[in-house]
Amino acid sequence: MSDTTMVRSYPFGPIQGLEIDPVYFWLQEHEPLARVKLPYGEEGWLLTRYDDVRTALGDARFSLAEAAVRDVPRLTPQRYGGILTDQDPPDHTRLRRLVAKAFTARRVEQLRGRAGQITSELLDEMVTAGPPADLAQALALPLPGLMICELIGVPYADRDQFRDWVGAWMSVTALTPEQRGQYIAQLAGYLANLAAQRRQNPTDDLLGALVIASDEGDRLTEDEVVQLTLVILAAGYESTASQIVNFTYALLTHPSQLALLRSRPDLMPGAVEELMRWTPLLAAADVLPRYALEDVELSGGTVRAGEPVLLAKHAANRDRRRYEDPGRLDITRDAQGELGFGHGAHHCLGAPLARMDVQTALAALLERFPDLRLAVPEAELEWKSGMAIRGPVALPIAW
Amino acid sequence: MDERWKVTVNREACLGSGICAATAPRHFRLDNGKSRALQEDIEPDDIVLDTADTCPAEAIIVYNAAGHRIAPDTA
Repeated sequence: MSDTTMVRSYPFGPIQGLEIDPVYFWLQEHEPLARVKLPYGEEGWLLTRYDDVRTALGDARFSLAEAAVRDVPRLTPQRYGGILTDQDPPDHTRLRRLVAKAFTARRVEQLRGRAGQITSELLDEMVTAGPPADLAQALALPLPGLMICELIGVPYADRDQFRDWVGAWMSVTALTPEQRGQYIAQLAGYLANLAAQRRQNPTDDLLGALVIASDEGDRLTEDEVVQLTLVILAAGYESTASQIVNFTYALLTHPSQLALLRSRPDLMPGAVEELMRWTPLLAAADVLPRYALEDVELSGGTVRAGEPVLLAKHAANRDRRRYEDPGRLDITRDAQGELGFGHGAHHCLGAPLARMDVQTALAALLERFPDLRLAVPEAELEWKSGMAIRGPVALPIAW
Repeated sequence: MDERWKVTVNREACLGSGICAATAPRHFRLDNGKSRALQEDIEPDDIVLDTADTCPAEAIIVYNAAGHRIAPDTA
């Protein structure tokens, strides 16, 4: 079949702001299994329809473990992946359940007061410095950074140092592999030390819980404790920060939705789901392709056993088969089932925390600043380029 | 051994993440976007305990034959 199928270079052309390349919507209609070739790795199928993407995320016939041993389609010479994302259930479940306990909606709810307090302090500082301010530096980056510190249990005295390391690691300026390796090694060393302290003096935080899990029999090794904590940092920091910026941008450029949310703060939880659905966080398909373990019938055709699929979650979230008038941002719509946090066994571990951070940040911005606005014309915003995650480099705001 | 467990899913609390259906497809299925236990009365199976522990909404509760809650582990 691949002899006669057109193979497209992927990712497609350059993207502007939060726009989605119209070719995704053409593919949804005409080529729901699109053959693509990435800069590295073997060819794969690009899935763009909601039902197909959701199946590939949630169906046990699609494997991530297989991707770890194959020449996986990818953007960089090195493969993306690691602990948690290189495994399928039930192996994956063993690690996942230990960390999941720290991330239940209930546990996160206990941190909501703290998130409000941190947000309030950050906005106080922003007001003192006066407008204009860059929302990314003033609130969007420090809030999730500090909340992850709270959750992990990084002592106050170490937080500036810790955030410097994480900030440099996640920096928008490209690092050489050596520099990146150095920051990760420093962080790993620090976390190993913190874990060792918890072995002496148990604590109630995430790291304390993981250490206890590692000491109860052979369930978690010391290295796994450190690796899991690094994964939580890597997955939770930049993505949450970018969405706080992107969602604020989306609301400021959709004034009727902004006005509605101001007048109806009770709409906030649903509004955040809709913003998750509408906003394309990733520049292209999910960085973790799945492999079919057997032939699977999708709406667009058959994926054969052993073939990889790439998942365009941002296009799937705008599939007209699933959402009416999908390009319209409508905070009153029921966006449940959106795929921004993924779906299935690898559904975002930190989703409850991310939701809470974002809800808290947006609510505080709307409540404190009745005249919140962009401080520069929209056309002057500079957008991240060459990054996996989208968003403006800075979001200058005034109030 | 005729020990049986009881599995319940609180569909009000369920967030539809699909973690359970992917982790333990023999026990859970998504139905209208929310999870449902395929059988309430089951033979003991550790994967069900693990699944209850990984549910972000803590919507899955497992009871033993004596009616004691055995998962999720709230420690």
